[in-house]
Amino acid sequence: MGIISRAFSGRPREPDAKLPPGQYLVHDFPVLSAGPTPRVPLDRWEFSIDTAEGQVHRWSWEEFQALPQETPTVDLHCVTKWSKFGTGWKGVSLDVLMEDVESAAEYALAYSYGGYTTNLPLEDLLDGKAWIVHEYDGEELAPAHGGPARLLVPHLYLWKSAKWIKGLRLLDEDWPGFWETAGYHNYGDPWREQRYQGD
Amino acid sequence: MIKRLNWRVATLVSTRQETPTARTLVFDVPGWPGHLPGQHVDVRLTAPDGYSTQRSYSIANASSEDRLELTVQTVGDGEVSPYLTEVLEPGDQIELRGPVGGWFVWRPHSSPPVLLVGGGSGIVPLMAMVRSRGKSDTPFRLLYSLRDPGQLFYADELEKVMAGVEVAYLYTRIAPPDAGRAAGRLQAADLIAYGWPPETAPDVYVCGPTGFVEAAADLLTGLGHDPAKIRTERFGPTGG
Amino acid sequence: MDYQDGNALAGPLSEIFTLDVTVAQGTCAGCGLRGPLAGLHVYGAAPGLVARCPGCEEVVLTLVRGPKDVWLDMRGAVSLRIPVTE
Repeated sequence: MGIISRAFSGRPREPDAKLPPGQYLVHDFPVLSAGPTPRVPLDRWEFSIDTAEGQVHRWSWEEFQALPQETPTVDLHCVTKWSKFGTGWKGVSLDVLMEDVESAAEYALAYSYGGYTTNLPLEDLLDGKAWIVHEYDGEELAPAHGGPARLLVPHLYLWKSAKWIKGLRLLDEDWPGFWETAGYHNYGDPWREQRYQGD
Repeated sequence: MIKRLNWRVATLVSTRQETPTARTLVFDVPGWPGHLPGQHVDVRLTAPDGYSTQRSYSIANASSEDRLELTVQTVGDGEVSPYLTEVLEPGDQIELRGPVGGWFVWRPHSSPPVLLVGGGSGIVPLMAMVRSRGKSDTPFRLLYSLRDPGQLFYADELEKVMAGVEVAYLYTRIAPPDAGRAAGRLQAADLIAYGWPPETAPDVYVCGPTGFVEAAADLLTGLGHDPAKIRTERFGPTGG
Repeated sequence: MDYQDGNALAGPLSEIFTLDVTVAQGTCAGCGLRGPLAGLHVYGAAPGLVARCPGCEEVVLTLVRGPKDVWLDMRGAVSLRIPVTE
């Protein structure tokens, strides 16, 4: 650690028992981005799930909107150490999207408009743990936060909640994504502070 | 002797207020190896609880042993710049790493004419080049785009006539009555009037906010300047 | 979203290289564009630094700084030509 700078505190950081280790609480919603923000017109937007067995399930924006919607309120934990409590979203549970998908795959690779990817065990996307969301705080999801739609997997660090989601590829073998091949942890559980490979 | 760069401790010696929201910080840095004009340093601040954050700032002064000057503009909701412009006092210490960056630099022995295009606090590394020019024969032209006269850095120094350095002020919002140019953004006409023609193959340095740099670089290549001769330095989103 | 120039990589890379690598000429694996690393577009508001080709916006390199390691991933660079002095 470096020398302490007199009277420097940085942004307010509140300790809170609900925070995972090493995190601090914010009240704004920082925008993180690894590249240009993709602009996806809704008439060309689609979301698909393709299985290891070669099946493809595809939804247009209208078809996706017609699915049963949920409104989860969740805490977010970013690996850059900020956490935000009680964020309100609207979207479709992955349980709904996976209902007619038959696959023996154990892993999923989420991929996005703009080229981003991230990998997760398939079971982390099921049983009410993940959604494809298109509204935040009662408003349509802004492009900077991943709109038209993003993945939301709040029990893992936020880089797993891919912005500008385009689809899921179900795989028999794990296929590390963008940050997972660049030094970050393969799973990313904030409560076990799995930030980097080897944590 | 080749050596990887480590963090150095810098002690604030004095300050100069440039505008109500910007000031120049003069640091004493023992062992400072000197620098080239255009280079920057990474500044690291650490809080008592171990929280630490860093930002990059361009070096403002000509190379000098042991002494380093940065000019910092306060970014409204920033985390580091308000600390540097309002809290830090002479005698206080921060950490810095550098000098770094070997691309956006002017080497005093190079001969082509130099065109400097700065937007807002993008003037800082360009001023280091002007200050390093000294008595060299290389002709300089500086286009300094700023919002209004109240935002002017280094006013006294730029006002003095420097032989071989021509300065044009391009006000974007409010121009003083004697400006000779209506307030407005940088245009091709400004680069034609105050810059060097592309045939003279100047070395071009553009520094400022992303949008400004993008626009200036497009105008310059549109006028026929060789993109390979245009070096840019954009202030990114971490400027606070 | 704002980005910076590859110049911004100079500090973080100085931690691992003794030479200033931002002046090295790189070739993009995506489109073949050649230029100095200082000319890349760097997105820093992310878990790491992501440097993209100014021509095709493909990722040329990423730099992640952990507490014990620096991860440099040069996935989009065919080669780096680094000037050296005798």
